[in-house]
Amino acid sequence: MIEPLIHVQNLVQRIGGQEILRGLNLDLFPGETLVLLGKSGGGKSVFLRHLIGLMRPVSGSIVFEGSEITTLKERELEPIRRKIGMLFQDGALFDSMNVFDNVAFPLRERGEHDPAVVREKVARSLAMVNMTGHEHKMPVNLSGGMRKRVALARAIISPPDVILYDEPTAGLDPIVSDSINRLIRRLQSQLRVTSLVVTHDMVSCNRVADRVALLHEGRIHFLGTTQQLRDAQDPIIRDFVDGRSGETVY
Amino acid sequence: MRVFSIFSGLFSPILASLGELAMLAGDTFGSIARGRIRMGLTIRQIAEIGFGSQLVVVVTGAFTGAVFTAQAYFQFASLNMETAVGPVVTLAMFRELGPALTGLMVAGRVGAAMSAEIGTMKVTQQIDALRALAVNPVDYLVVPRALAMLISMPILVVECVGLGVLASYYVGVHVLGITGVYFVANVQKFTEGSDIMMSLIKGFVFGGLIVFISCREGLRAKDGAVGVGRATTATVVTSSLAILITNFFLTMALNILFPAGQR
Repeated sequence: MIEPLIHVQNLVQRIGGQEILRGLNLDLFPGETLVLLGKSGGGKSVFLRHLIGLMRPVSGSIVFEGSEITTLKERELEPIRRKIGMLFQDGALFDSMNVFDNVAFPLRERGEHDPAVVREKVARSLAMVNMTGHEHKMPVNLSGGMRKRVALARAIISPPDVILYDEPTAGLDPIVSDSINRLIRRLQSQLRVTSLVVTHDMVSCNRVADRVALLHEGRIHFLGTTQQLRDAQDPIIRDFVDGRSGETVY
Repeated sequence: MRVFSIFSGLFSPILASLGELAMLAGDTFGSIARGRIRMGLTIRQIAEIGFGSQLVVVVTGAFTGAVFTAQAYFQFASLNMETAVGPVVTLAMFRELGPALTGLMVAGRVGAAMSAEIGTMKVTQQIDALRALAVNPVDYLVVPRALAMLISMPILVVECVGLGVLASYYVGVHVLGITGVYFVANVQKFTEGSDIMMSLIKGFVFGGLIVFISCREGLRAKDGAVGVGRATTATVVTSSLAILITNFFLTMALNILFPAGQR
C-alpha cells in the first residue's frame, strides 16, 4: 500500500470565534493531483496555509513524509518548505523586484550566485510558463494571469516535491484559465510533482484532477474521482457541481 | 479587584508590546550572531537610512544649534555671560538635543517608510511568500535594517551635533559678536570625550528602538491599506514617545557613568 505524502488528521481551526475547519481528514499521495473544491470562504485557503506551516491549527495533525509539522517552530519548518512550492491566489510576487529577480529569488536564497546558472534556470522556468521575454517587467505591469504564471515559475525553479495551488484560475478569463490548467498538467507530467489544487472552478477541476475532495462545513464531504463527483446524487455535491445556490428564485 | 482589572487593562498591552519587541530584538541579534547577514541588503539599507537621512539630520542639527545659540545669547548677555553660550549649546547638542532630534527625525523619515514597506508586504502576502520559500522574514527584512540602523544612527548623531556646533559658532561669533577665541576655548574646556560617548550610545539605543518598533508594526499590519496606514502612524508615535521616555532614563543612567559638571 502506498504511504501518503501528506496525511492530515482531525484538523481544527477557529478564526474570530468561528470554526473554519472541524476535524478535516485528508491524504495526499505521491504524484497525484488532488483538487479541493468548496465554497468561497469555506476554509480551503486556510487549509492550504496549514500544509506549509503558515498557520497553526487549534488541534489535529499534519504529517509530511513521516514528520509531524504542526509542532515545528518557524525555523524548523524551513527544510519542509523547500520541498513544497506554493502558488498564492494573487501570486504574491515581490513588488520591489522585476520578473527575473522574483523567479531567481529562491535560487539565490539557496546559495546559487553564479549569474550564468541563475540566468539559464530562470529562462527555463519562465519558458515552462510561457513568460519568456517578460524578464524586465515589474509585477505592477503584469496582468493577473501573468502574475500567476510568474509566481508559478518562481515556485518551480527549485523543483519541489509538492505544489500547492491556491485558486490558480480565480479571476482569469477562460483562455488564460485553460493555459494555467494545461500548465498544471504539464508540470505534473514533466516534473512528477504532487499537486493540491484549491479551487471552486469546476472546469479547472475536470481538467487537472486525478482525485477530487469537496470541503463542506469544515470537513471533507466527498472524496473520489471526477467521474464519481459527476455521478454523485448527494444534494450538497449536486448543488456545487451544477452551480445551484439552493435559494428560492422568485 | 476592580483596581486590578483597570491596572491590568492599562498595562497588559504595554507589557505585551514590550515583550514582542524584546523577542524581535532577541531573534534579530540571534540571527546576526549566527551570521545570517545579507551584505547586499544591509549596504542598500545603509544607503537608504544613513545616506538618505543626511540632509534632514544636518538641517535639523544646524538650525537647532543656531536658534539655541541665539536664545542662549539673548539670556546670557543680560548677565554678561556671552562666552558661556558655546559650551552650553555644545553640551546640550552632544548630551541631549543631537541624539533626541536625530532619533525623532529618523523615526519620521525612515521608521515610517520601513513600517509602510514591511506592512504592505504583509498585507499583500509577500511575507507569507517569503516564509513559503523557506526564507525567514526576520533574517531577510529585519536583520539588514537593524544592522544598517545601528551603524548609521551614531554617525547621523555625530553629523547632527557637528553641524549644530558649527552653526552655533557661526551665529555666536559672526552674527551675535561673541569673541571667537573665547567661544572655541570654552567649548574645548567644557566638552569631553564622555559627552561624545553619551551621544553615540544614545544614538545607538534610539536606532535600535526605531528599527524594532518599525519592523514590529510592519510585521503586525493587517486589514489592507488602512492597516498599513495604522502601522505607519503607530510607528512614528510609538518611536517618538519611546525616544523621549528612554532619553530621560538613559540620561540618568549615563550620568552615573559619565557625570556632567565634574571638570
